[in-house]
Amino acid sequence: MYKGGKIFASLIIFAALFTIPFFYNMGKVNAGPDVALNTAAIQQLPASEQQCVESPEFMRANHMQLLNQWREEAVRNGQTVYVNSQGKEFEISLQDTCLKCHATESASKPAVLNNPVSTTAGVSNPALNESPEFCASCHDYSAVKPQCWSCHFEPKEAAK
Amino acid sequence: MSINRRQFLRRAGMITALGLGSSFVISGFRKKEVAVAAEFATTPKGLQAKRWAMVVDMSKFKTEADINGVIEACHKLHNVPKFPNTKDEIKWIWEDDYHHTFAGGHNEYLDDHVLHSPFMVLCNHCENPPCVKACPTQATFQRPDGIVSMDYHRCIGCRFCMGACPFGARSFNFRDPRPFIEEVSAEYPTRTPGVVEKCNFCYERLADGLMPACVEKSNGGLIFGDLDDPDSEVRKIVSTKFTIRRKPELGTQPSVYYLVGGGEDA
Repeated sequence: MYKGGKIFASLIIFAALFTIPFFYNMGKVNAGPDVALNTAAIQQLPASEQQCVESPEFMRANHMQLLNQWREEAVRNGQTVYVNSQGKEFEISLQDTCLKCHATESASKPAVLNNPVSTTAGVSNPALNESPEFCASCHDYSAVKPQCWSCHFEPKEAAK
Repeated sequence: MSINRRQFLRRAGMITALGLGSSFVISGFRKKEVAVAAEFATTPKGLQAKRWAMVVDMSKFKTEADINGVIEACHKLHNVPKFPNTKDEIKWIWEDDYHHTFAGGHNEYLDDHVLHSPFMVLCNHCENPPCVKACPTQATFQRPDGIVSMDYHRCIGCRFCMGACPFGARSFNFRDPRPFIEEVSAEYPTRTPGVVEKCNFCYERLADGLMPACVEKSNGGLIFGDLDDPDSEVRKIVSTKFTIRRKPELGTQPSVYYLVGGGEDA
């Protein structure tokens, strides 16, 4: 092979450089996201209301499909009530149902809509704010940016 | 070392088959659909109808100030931005003169009162909505209760609906609307750049058992109800009094009726 030695040597050097991060981090345990499931907002609720619309395991794996289903049913089919697997009813509303528990606790750090001059209501937002906010804690970790918050925002109690 | 063409093709084919086959083995067994053991229902407090319609009683809208209050109520609730450049304008309800509102039917001896009245215009929620036919993603669609609604999640911003609508009832977000919302209302989401928006007959308020925001604000100037119900107020007005609609000749069957000779002094 023409200049085979140089080609193979270069390939080996390239592969070594390319895989350095992998070998460097091998065996080290990465701290997972710290999801706040027991926030003050949730603790204040009566015990019967502390359960999420489905089990935590289900929500962890399938919340995106559930949100899509909610969206389709509420926006397109006018079905605004969700009856969960235990027969309990929930209003389909990102702002009034999901964020009732999973809102940011940091009214101290409101992400005001991007014009602070003309906006009077500071609307804080669990996905835009940095951790330990609920959505952001996992979504930042996995670098998946949800698009919900480009239109939706938090309930009015939290927006001071 | 060298291989001939036949060997090369055979090996390439084998590797391709191996690759496709193994990708199926990996992904084919993974469960894709999520079965949620749950149901959906409508809320009992929501208002139901077969065909929502609105009557604009022109005897109650004499000046622009009467209309502006209504526009303000709607635009504030729905986070409609105010852009300084009119080319970017977003409007759900707006005001127009007789000539533009009822184009083509001009009678030069028409009473000054009618000619110079400010007309409140909004999406007509047509029975045969051309915008729905034009939409390639079904982002705009007709609900069973007659409301022509928008699903902003699906809108791709092609603006076919804006071309299809004969009433100019649709606006496009050329710019990010959020910085131009004067007072943010948490009742309704904002929009993103690149989606079309319009009046939705306040379907989110109807689901809560409330009348549309404009109707509530109009002091009886706007009458809203079910056209299919013979006892509803809108049906009584439409069937007993003379009302006009915008561009009826197009056959879109608008659901917004204008009562021009309504009041005693009109």
